[in-house]
Amino acid sequence: MNKYIDYELPPFERASDFAAWNRYAAVNDEFIPIHMDDEAGRAAGFQSAFGMGNLQVAYLHAVLREWMQDEGRVMSLTCQMRAPNLRGTLTTATGKIIKVSDEGDDTVVEIEVATRTEDGTILSQGVAKVAFANVQ
Amino acid sequence: MMETWISDEMRSAIGREFGTVIRSLPICASDIRKWALAIYWPKPPPKLFWDEAYAATTQHRGIVAPEEFNPFAWFTADGPVLPRESSQNPLRSGPEGALKISAPDTHVALNGGREIVHGVRMRPGDVITQGPTKLVDYRERSTRHGLTLITVTESTWTNQSEETVRVTRGTSLRY
Repeated sequence: MNKYIDYELPPFERASDFAAWNRYAAVNDEFIPIHMDDEAGRAAGFQSAFGMGNLQVAYLHAVLREWMQDEGRVMSLTCQMRAPNLRGTLTTATGKIIKVSDEGDDTVVEIEVATRTEDGTILSQGVAKVAFANVQ
Repeated sequence: MMETWISDEMRSAIGREFGTVIRSLPICASDIRKWALAIYWPKPPPKLFWDEAYAATTQHRGIVAPEEFNPFAWFTADGPVLPRESSQNPLRSGPEGALKISAPDTHVALNGGREIVHGVRMRPGDVITQGPTKLVDYRERSTRHGLTLITVTESTWTNQSEETVRVTRGTSLRY
């Protein structure tokens, strides 16, 4: 299974702007000034409003789903927020396989996940475990 | 410079549970569809989240929610989720109010990260319950914002069959 190590999942890219954050706020009840108002973002110590950490978490799940399609399942995901997701950037969620193992009837794949801006700034990073049922 | 945000009272609260049990309304397929579209816009979300006929052919045998779906947004079984003191001033929010202890005088609160263990999928009709949240830890770290308080909490979601849907450890940063 080592042949899968370092395989990079197809990236999941989305624009970081008020429209994207408002769509997310509308479904997650997350209309918080730091995500809606540049002045509130500056008051928090950043250069503008910034996107929700929860939306980063959603993008990290999305990059896994886009790769797994409907075959696998996400067992767990950890992530640390590393930098604010500033307005006007492109967020790219990525994944790289770091371990593959058999656990019972499943093949379990550990994946380093991250979201980044186009200049390489890491917004969030962590590790996900996904499982695929072994074909009998 | 601030020496510590963590009072003796806060330290003694580590390990305690706080908050009330929250029960969702039955999850609607429409809520799942809107959530998925908000995440995937401007591209179409996976059919698993909106096309019943397609979803029936998958291992899930029907529409399921994206793993990160929040069934408690806007309304719960208790009614509309209206602004509370903490959400009226979310930059100062933390668990201390619910723990009935004095809160540190921080001015900004941010999402520091998540550790999520997923169980069974959420699907239309499910009623999700969040039990009391546990205060796992307080820590501190020096950051470019000064001394930063790190608060770790843990909550568990179950469905109407008492199956675990999700266990989440959330980390908040305050300064």
